[in-house]
Amino acid sequence: MNLHLLSLLGGRLLVALLTLLIVSFVVFCATQILPGDVAEVLLGQAATPEAVAGLRAAMHLNDPAILRFFRWLGGMLTGDLGISYANNRPIAELVAGRLGNSLQLAAATALFSVPIALALGITSAMLRGSLYDRSVTMATITVISVPEFMIATAGVLIFAVWLKWLPALSFARDVHSFGEMLRIYAMPVFTLSFVISAQMIRMSRAAVVEALNTPYAEMAQLKGASRPRVVLRHALPNALGPIVNAVALSLSYLLGGVIIVETIFNYPGIAKLMVDAVATRDLPLIQSCAMIFCVVYLLLITTADVIAILSNPKLR
Amino acid sequence: MSPLVEIRDLKVEATTDAGRRVEIIKGVSFEIAPGEIVALIGESGSGKTTIALTLLGYTRAGCRIAGGSVSVDGRDMAALSEKERAKVRGVDVAYVPQSAAAAFNPAQRIMDQVIEITRIHQLMPRPAAEAKAVELFKALSLPAPESIGSRYPHQVSGGQLQRLSAAMALIGDPKVVIFDEPTTALDVTTQIEVLRAFKSVMRQSRMAGVYVSHDLAVVAQIADRIVVLKGGEIQEIGTTEQILSAPKHPYTRELLAAFSPVARVAAQAAATASPPPQPVLELDAVSAGYGRLQPNGKPLMLAVDAVSFKLERGRNLGVIGESGCGKSTLARTIAGILPPSSGHIRFDGRPMAPLARDRTPEELRKLQIVFQSADTALNPAQSIEDILGRPLAFYHGLRGPARDARIDRLLDLVHLPRALKHRLPGELSGGQKQRVNLARALAADPELVLCDEITSALDTVVAAAIIELLKELQRELGLSYLFISHDLTTVQAICDEVAVMYRGVKVEQLPADQVGKAGGHPYARLLMSSVPKLDPSWLDTLERDPELVAAFSKR
Repeated sequence: MNLHLLSLLGGRLLVALLTLLIVSFVVFCATQILPGDVAEVLLGQAATPEAVAGLRAAMHLNDPAILRFFRWLGGMLTGDLGISYANNRPIAELVAGRLGNSLQLAAATALFSVPIALALGITSAMLRGSLYDRSVTMATITVISVPEFMIATAGVLIFAVWLKWLPALSFARDVHSFGEMLRIYAMPVFTLSFVISAQMIRMSRAAVVEALNTPYAEMAQLKGASRPRVVLRHALPNALGPIVNAVALSLSYLLGGVIIVETIFNYPGIAKLMVDAVATRDLPLIQSCAMIFCVVYLLLITTADVIAILSNPKLR
Repeated sequence: MSPLVEIRDLKVEATTDAGRRVEIIKGVSFEIAPGEIVALIGESGSGKTTIALTLLGYTRAGCRIAGGSVSVDGRDMAALSEKERAKVRGVDVAYVPQSAAAAFNPAQRIMDQVIEITRIHQLMPRPAAEAKAVELFKALSLPAPESIGSRYPHQVSGGQLQRLSAAMALIGDPKVVIFDEPTTALDVTTQIEVLRAFKSVMRQSRMAGVYVSHDLAVVAQIADRIVVLKGGEIQEIGTTEQILSAPKHPYTRELLAAFSPVARVAAQAAATASPPPQPVLELDAVSAGYGRLQPNGKPLMLAVDAVSFKLERGRNLGVIGESGCGKSTLARTIAGILPPSSGHIRFDGRPMAPLARDRTPEELRKLQIVFQSADTALNPAQSIEDILGRPLAFYHGLRGPARDARIDRLLDLVHLPRALKHRLPGELSGGQKQRVNLARALAADPELVLCDEITSALDTVVAAAIIELLKELQRELGLSYLFISHDLTTVQAICDEVAVMYRGVKVEQLPADQVGKAGGHPYARLLMSSVPKLDPSWLDTLERDPELVAAFSKR
């Protein structure tokens, strides 16, 4: 039985690694077919053909693509992300600070939104059909349908411009106190929470409602169990699989999909770094960012799968 | 002695999807004395479970108690608040569910669920509760009573789960236990064990009980009195003896009559006086199963193991066996849904391709299958007209008025009013849906119809009517049936010969009236002797060969 579980988990990990390999190949190919020759772009329009040829040779650009792919992949595995074309600094250095910023913002948002979203979803499932349930549902649908740049700009307009409670920009501010940190993070975190909570609320509500409709939930009620006990002891453990998956999907958005929020609040995160890299044709940087997004996404999804597997006694 | 439970003029209302209020229990009154077991019997929709659940002060979603009183030990469950009702549930009134497999939480260990009532109501400390649970496991003759509680529900069998659910109900020493069709989902050989365990525990503890069932023979074994219900109203109340031997109400008589259908007369054989005709279907050592093929050419999970038989034109063959014996897989193999791993199927003397998609349209037309559940076999989004019209267009190329006329004739054949053809399957009753299901097979003008448990989901009276219809259609259209069922009495009512299957193997094939007689295969005898009889003393006097039971019972 345990062997079966190990093979199941091993299988999940293997699939994740395989996905990563395929994605890295696709990322590499995609950046290769971008128009323009890297050497020409780097040297500018005044470059002599000899200089271009020399640079191409120096950058191993004349090697077959597959060889370059493996060289790049090997570098990634050993932690060598390459050198940025745009400013000649190691990419690892560029990414490190930005990734830290992004992870901070993501962690703050997750800590804030996941408990609230789950609580809202589960309570509205418990009070299904009540006024409370309907208003939560209405609110989530409203939030889903409003694009995030609207929420972000409205937030800036109201809290920064009119009320002057919060700073409009998060950039270039040294944080000295906890209160200051709260002020800086408040608006980006709120905006992102709005975006990712809606899905979590809807999914956790649906999963718990489904579990409450089962005969074992009815049985628990007929044993005299109170409503909270039925939900917490009987419905929730069986709804865990879909809920953690919804949470993982929502959280994965926090790294790659936050470009709008990062731009509006001028937050120095990794999504903004990648967009800047596209503007300067900084191929190694684009590739590295894409790979980081992919790794985080797979990490979250695989964790959710593992939790779902472990929470199911039939598989355990 | 004053009654323990007193139900007076109980009315329950249901709100339909359209928002209309419908009274589903229309003023029911009866009482239960301490220690007495009262059975509620009736077909589905008669309100028997609804009434039983009101003893717990519980109604399913969309229903509410609209009037009357349900007094349990002096308290009116209909008038209590939800909080006060919760205090009564599990302590004074306990519930044994219909499907224990669904009523156990798959994510919790069995012991935690069995003693949950003592935890909720704080009846006793945990070790005491666990010790009591083990005592109950022993009393219910569960295997490994000390350790079975540490397993998860999916790790024990259906019959064991059903007994465990009784332990779950009895742990709080309730005054009344409600049994909601607790053996309906079990095989007959398992049902006996469970019934015996229930009966002995109830006798020892002197608890009162409500036993909800549609099966008169099961109820006869366990109940002191029987309440016969139909359409939310009581038809007759009487002692078990009186209901069985001297039923007063016509509906009770109908129920009793449906229970013992007229066996198919062997005189059918007269039709086959002419030289033996060509068999319409012939199976030669057909094996089939699921999973990858092993090196020896057999699938990983062999469900049908080298089954051979011949079915002659105009004759019927019944296939019986318990769940998991491979009878449905056999039907799927013959129909070409699942290809056999070895062996040959001949139809009208010609070998047939293993897969339906390789068979000629003519072969497909002549061999039709009717599935167990009309609910899932009929497309809920198509009208009856479309459902029946499709095979007519496919096999016969009928269109327009010719097609409409044929649909009308088909509906006449299965005794459905023509006006039904504009309805959707969801708007028909269970019996009507099964008739449409049958009519769809008949639309092809088949020679052989595979009937896979087609009466299992139906009430006894409705099932008896479907069997009558099958016989009538056979006389009119000269069909042959391969009739698959777990219910021996139904099979005997329609078939000339019966094949008994056990673990994928055909253990015996006999004329229908010979099955289970001495000299037959031991499994067939065990199966036959396990079918409950209307005689109330049947269970107590039944003696089964322990070796036989040990050899064939799945437990």
